[in-house]
Formats: sequence, C-alpha cells, structure tokens
Amino acid sequence: MPTAVRAPSPGRPPLVLLVPALVAATLLVLPLVALLLDTPWRGLLGQLTEPAVRQALWLSALTSLATVAGCLVLGTPLAWLLARVEFRGRALLRAVVTVPLVLPPVVAGVALLTAFGRAGLVGEPLREAFGVTVPYTTLAVVLAHTFVSMPFYVLAVEGAMRTAGGRYDDVAATLGADRWTTFRRVTLPLALPGVVSGAVLAWARSLGEFGATITFAGNYPGTTQTMPSLIYSTLQGDPELARTLSIVLLAVSVVVIGALRGRWLVGAGR
Amino acid sequence: MSPGLRARVEVPGRLVAELEAAPGSVTAVIGPNGAGKSTLLAALAGLVGVRGTVEMGGESWTDPPRPVRRRRVGMVFQDQALFPHLDALDNVAFGLRSRGLPRRAAAARARPWLDRLGVGDLAGRRPAELSGGQAQRVAIARALASDPVLLLLDEPFAGLDVGVASSLRVELARHLSSYAGVTLLVTHDALDALTLADQVLVLDEGRVAQLGEPHEVAARPRTPHVARLVGLNVLRDGDRFRAFRPSAVTVSLQQPAGSARHRWHGTLRGMARHGDAVRLEVATGAGGPGLLADVTPAAAADLALEPGREVWLSVKETAVQGYE
Repeated sequence: MPTAVRAPSPGRPPLVLLVPALVAATLLVLPLVALLLDTPWRGLLGQLTEPAVRQALWLSALTSLATVAGCLVLGTPLAWLLARVEFRGRALLRAVVTVPLVLPPVVAGVALLTAFGRAGLVGEPLREAFGVTVPYTTLAVVLAHTFVSMPFYVLAVEGAMRTAGGRYDDVAATLGADRWTTFRRVTLPLALPGVVSGAVLAWARSLGEFGATITFAGNYPGTTQTMPSLIYSTLQGDPELARTLSIVLLAVSVVVIGALRGRWLVGAGR
Repeated sequence: MSPGLRARVEVPGRLVAELEAAPGSVTAVIGPNGAGKSTLLAALAGLVGVRGTVEMGGESWTDPPRPVRRRRVGMVFQDQALFPHLDALDNVAFGLRSRGLPRRAAAARARPWLDRLGVGDLAGRRPAELSGGQAQRVAIARALASDPVLLLLDEPFAGLDVGVASSLRVELARHLSSYAGVTLLVTHDALDALTLADQVLVLDEGRVAQLGEPHEVAARPRTPHVARLVGLNVLRDGDRFRAFRPSAVTVSLQQPAGSARHRWHGTLRGMARHGDAVRLEVATGAGGPGLLADVTPAAAADLALEPGREVWLSVKETAVQGYE
C-alpha cells in the first residue's frame, strides 16, 4: 500500500446517520456477544460427545455434504442452461429458480410435503410403484436442504459463467470442440471461483436449515434431527446445551465467512 | 485447381458481401471501423446467423447449415482470446484434442507449432504471463495447429509495438506462403494489404466497395478510407473517380491564375513530416473534399504555413487520373 494521503475531511458524520448506524451494528452484534458470554466453556467438550449431540452433528454433516453434492451435480447443469442456452421461457425459469431464496422455509416444507407426501403429486405414485415414502426420512432432510440451497448455488455459478463470457465458448467451437467438451474444458474451469463460492453458500444454508426440514422431515433423533432441530428441542429442557450447540454453528458461520472473504478477494483481483 | 472460398453472405442490418478466394490465397479485408470486417469473419466462421451461401473447397457450409466446430476454420482474434486457464502448449493443443487426439499425441503435435512461431520456450506459460506479441504468436500457432481450411485473422498486429508487429508480419508472410488454405486478413494497415495479400476486399458501411488486386486498389481507390490509407487524393463524381498524388498539388496563398483546372480554397488543418516533404491536410469548406498536399520544407517556410492558414490548392489536369 502506498502511503495514505488523506483528502480534506468532508466533515463529521451527521448524527441523524450516525445514531441509526450504531443501533443497527449493536443489534447485529449484541446477541452474538451475549451468546459467547453465556456459554459454559468448561463443560463444552463433554456436552458435544453426548450421543444425541453426536448423532445430530453427524447427520448435519452428512445431509449438508449430500446437499452440496446435489447442487454440484444438478445445479451446475442448470446454471449452464440458464447462462448459455437460449430458449423460450428462460427468464421465467430463472425467476422460478430464485423463488426459494425468498420463500419462508416453513412454506417450502409445506410445498415439499404436498408434492412428496403420502397423497402427494409425486409421493403417491412413488409409494404405489416402489413402496417408498419420502417424508420424515433422512432423504427428506436432504431434499428440503437442496430445495432451499440450490438457488444460492445456481445464481452464483450462472453469474460466474456469464462473467466469463460466451466468447471463449466461441473460440472453442472454432477449434472443433463440441458443447460438452467446451463445457468441460472451458466454461467450467473459468467459472470455478463461482462454483466454489456457490458451494460454500449452499453448504452454509443447508447447515442452518430448520423450517423446511422440521416441516417436511420432522425431528427424529438419528434420522432427521439435525443440529438446528436439536437446538430447538433442547432449548426448553436444557437451555445451556442449546447455547453450546449454537456456539458450534456460530463458529462454523465465522469460518464460512472467512473462507468466502478470501475467495472474493481473490476473485476481485483477477 | 480445387475450388477455394465462394461466399455470398448477408448479416441483416450489418453486412452484405460477396467474395471468392482461391486456395492458398490471402485476401486483405480493409475498411473503416464499423464497416463490417469482423462481422464478415464471424459470418464465415458461423458465429453469427447469416443469409446466403458459403462454399469452401466445393462443400456447402450453409446448406445444410454446418456448425462452427465442423467448419475447420482457424481464427486469430485481435485480443488473442487465449484460454486464460491453459498454458501456451495446452492452448495450441486444444483444437487437436477437440478432434479426438489423446493428450500426449496432441501435445506432441502442438509443440512444433510453438517452435515454428518462435515461442517454443514459453510452452508452460499461462496467457497472463505472455507479452502481447508472444500471445499473438501462440494464438496464430493455435489457429494453424488444427489444420484449418479457412484461416481468419482479425487485425493480428493491432495493439502490438511497431517493432514486434513488423517482425511478426514477416513471419506470418512466411507461413502464409506455404499455407494451402484460404486466408482472410482484416487489417488497418495499407502495408499489410500490399505486402501480404493477393487481393484486397474493401468494405464500407457493410458493403463491398471494391475487390481487386492490391496494386489496382492502391492506384484506384474507391473509398476515402482507402485513399487515406494509400495516401492519395480521390474525388468522386457519381460513378466516376479522379485521383491525384499529394505531390502533384500546388499550394499558394493567392488564387492561382494559370491553367490549372482544379482549384480549391481551404484552411490548413494539419501538417506533418512525410519522407522528404511536409504533408499538408487541407479542409476545403463545407461539403468540399479534405485534401492532402506535399510541399518541400523550404516552401512550407516561405509560405509561412501553419494550421489555420487559408491556402489555395491547384492541380494540373495531366496529373489527374480518371477511372470508373
């Protein structure tokens, strides 16, 4: 960094802006500070090794990674379709894909239940043909997580593909590459920063998902009780444990933010 | 002789062009910005939608429409457009691998192309680590390595240092002389058109203004743009053109009395050294032509010429060449 030469100060920030800004910052920071202060640090390790907690941790890790895998395998092609293929209804599809971003999670859960429930649009034929019921299973957890996380991933990757531009795709075509080769060797490598940050965002969203999960998958220890569900359950009987578990998720969030910041800084320098 | 390129293309609103080019020939495409030069290359490569027909080597590329990847074109872009995530060798090998060659075989065939273009020692570098001239050499190697039947070069020397550009020009000429396919070279440089090309295609406002051999286009330009490029004054009167050299123009401060039939009154806009002479740029009033005139430095001093000065220009009828 060159030596900072300051321009003449534009004046003291007016109170009418300064006061609400400080209130907002306090509002965001205060609960987290309270949580940190109230955490029983000494018994932390012991609590984390309790069977119920270990189960929830394991299930959260499993379902969030499965969600990320689902996003990578299904979301990447969808992002490519939206970024590179012109077809009727593309704008509509993009709009629909983003709906889960703003949809209340509990509504997402009800919608999933309506589709995959015992009498649902897909659920009923699925049960009759294969005897498979989705709701209240680990699969339902992954399904709910994928539903709410996919938009984050698709938007990040589509944006990266658009930024990288179709120009290199044209160059690849003049060099004899078909669309699959072009996707594999040009489009995807150039969109890699978007793939990484999209995957991290989707993973974080999945890890914290509660509303859609509890509605669609329930809260059964061992099969559908993820960390957020366990926190919710323990808050009534054992608020201390709830706070401990919250600290774990808070730590994860901080790590995610750190990882994304690094990613974004690298991205800005390219 | 096998048929080369035969094309009649229309890109609605941007370009209508017809041209033929023999195998092994180089066609220079010149014209002002926005004339449709890059559009013509994109149309032939299949990167934009066109009406009309493109035939290459006796095969139709338009009926039925042939996708870009199956046209066997080699394109070199003004900004190179090298794949930023691949090193120079992988960039050159890309086309070979796309056509099904295994990684090793493709690399083995790509490397000699880097050597031929004089950048063999840079094989492991990414585009960001190459200078403009080096990147353009890699781009040319990449286009040639996949054995194209049609080579499309879009201002390959633009943006390069003068020295780098001229050495690359010499090498490109060497490669083109042994290249069996058809080459189209978009350029802003009269020198490229005269030294590298077998024919010159002049585009103006999306149409072909002139198609001919370089010496013919240089001697009888039909557009102000080409007249500027080759340093001729060209006057247009309907379908008739009259051309004369800047050195044939007499400059005076008073209205000339003599026998000169062509005379103009104008304002001196610019003056610059041109060989042994001083080249003047004169604006001849509203709607009148902008003209070039060469005078000796001594004459320029005698007449106390400076931008803004009013002058008279005249040229003898015998120095004017008329053509249609």
